[in-house]
Amino acid sequence: MGMTISEKILAAHAGKERVEPGEIVMVDVDVNLANELSAALAIDEFLKIKGADRIVRPEQAIFVPDHFTPAKDISTAKLVQRVRQFALDQRARWFEVGRAGIEHCVLPQHGIVGPGQVIIGGDSHTTTYGALGAFSTGVGSTDVAVAWAIGQTWLRVPPTVKVTYHGTLRPWVKGKDLILYTIGQMTVDGATYMAMEFHGETLRELPMAGRFTMANMSIEAGAKNGIFHVDDVTREYLASVGHTAYTEYWSDPDAEYVAEVDIDAGAIEPQIALPSLPENSRPVSEVGDISIDQVVIGTCTNGWIEDMREAAQVLQGHRVSSHVRCIIVPGSQEVQREMVREGLMQIFMDAECIVSTSTCGPCIGGHMGVLGEHERCVSTTNRNFVGRMGARSAEIFLANPAVAAASAIAGHIAGPEEIVSRDLVPV
Amino acid sequence: MDTLQGRVWKYGANINTDVIIPGRYCHITEPTELAKYCMADLDSTFVEKISRGDIIVAGGNFGCGSSREVAPLSIKASGIGAVVAPSFARIFYRNSINIGFPIFESAPAFEEIDEGDEVEITPSTGIIKDLTKGTEYQAAAFPEFLQAIIARGGLRGYAEEVLARRKATAFTP
Repeated sequence: MGMTISEKILAAHAGKERVEPGEIVMVDVDVNLANELSAALAIDEFLKIKGADRIVRPEQAIFVPDHFTPAKDISTAKLVQRVRQFALDQRARWFEVGRAGIEHCVLPQHGIVGPGQVIIGGDSHTTTYGALGAFSTGVGSTDVAVAWAIGQTWLRVPPTVKVTYHGTLRPWVKGKDLILYTIGQMTVDGATYMAMEFHGETLRELPMAGRFTMANMSIEAGAKNGIFHVDDVTREYLASVGHTAYTEYWSDPDAEYVAEVDIDAGAIEPQIALPSLPENSRPVSEVGDISIDQVVIGTCTNGWIEDMREAAQVLQGHRVSSHVRCIIVPGSQEVQREMVREGLMQIFMDAECIVSTSTCGPCIGGHMGVLGEHERCVSTTNRNFVGRMGARSAEIFLANPAVAAASAIAGHIAGPEEIVSRDLVPV
Repeated sequence: MDTLQGRVWKYGANINTDVIIPGRYCHITEPTELAKYCMADLDSTFVEKISRGDIIVAGGNFGCGSSREVAPLSIKASGIGAVVAPSFARIFYRNSINIGFPIFESAPAFEEIDEGDEVEITPSTGIIKDLTKGTEYQAAAFPEFLQAIIARGGLRGYAEEVLARRKATAFTP
């Protein structure tokens, strides 16, 4: 019996010929990520581990402050100070805000993550790097601390579900729509403890941004990791960020899958996930007239330059509805620099959006766009749980950047075609 | 680990970490402080009504969402003795084991146990007894490796053993 790509990567990092689903293995960790929240707890734990005084491989320990940064108040400022001091003392890699952004955009752009690696991170959306053919998963702070101390982590080898996409995507349908649709089919715990392995001819045409979005949200189906195979799109991206030394792994033709899901991607319309679970996805055209108060475009799920271009394409020449706050959150400083270069910043400002610094703030109800009671928000983020972005009574609708932009203009939930077709009507 | 006994508080499926401990409290690391906000966005009366040793019985996919370890930490610090659910989201599952907080997987226990029932759990065997109804359930067994971590009270003990072993076998000229 053959092995899947996830099994092969784990076997290689456990020093074994093969591994079986369900087996618990200790694996070497290539990259160990923490943000200021997960790092703070991890530091407390690390200091309690007898015999651990240094991070064993400090060059692999990455610290990206992004959740409440720039600090939103004194207590979060203190937290970041403590984490920064620890990272510097340990000679680990500290990404100060002006050189960074949101962790899951920063690591790929700095060439830190790549195919064949085992990556853990104190953030559930660490699954993002599976888009590059890595085994990448979110863990807690104790896991991060222990991996600092011993360079390894324990993982239960996940069974793999194979998800295959057929057909050519319709206009305005992106990676976000594919993954929202998939979660709708599989439910929020349909892939719990499993690896989601993405296949199909549809994905060959999907840019890295869309693949990052899909791997990012694989956790929203409960998955341990979401993974793509390397192709020319991946190789070109890796070359552009200077990540040159890597091993490509491939699932064997006779690899065993616990389930196979086939999706007619050509039939999918732009999706929107209604409150309060990502599995509540349906075509935008079916939701009816729902007025909104805020739109968030960006963050780790859709903060790539491709996402910004899609939003700008819809917003260009329009103004955001007078009662809607439209907040653009680029995934990183690198993305924001490119937005300036391409003139997207001007388009957003002319459309009367505001452009924020890169931060997780609004997505976790931290700062930079917290929702009030009964407010509704269309967001390109990844979770629409109760209270996620602010008040318990607030409602979150998840969508792609073009849908979010169209909704900001319309003042209610709208697909991009509604705005574009309006352009064709003579005034 | 000693026998756990307490009154049951019951919740539904997909209880996510955002309602267990909302993002606005995630910069807190002090357990006693975290305990004050446990279940803040699920049940605002939770902290006042529970007693030390009480047990949460909830639906599947408990603890889904973010990797925040403060979720099981806040439940543990609130005084709750254990969580019983048909399944746990994987990061919550490993976080609980890593910090030495007892969790038990059982679907029939969730279906049959009611809020307010008095329940007794024997961690070593995974036997869950509903003392009010006189029923009994067997939780799924933990893999051997995880049993060893649980026996050490969490992952830290395991890491210390690895470090001690490495030190003992290190080459000394």
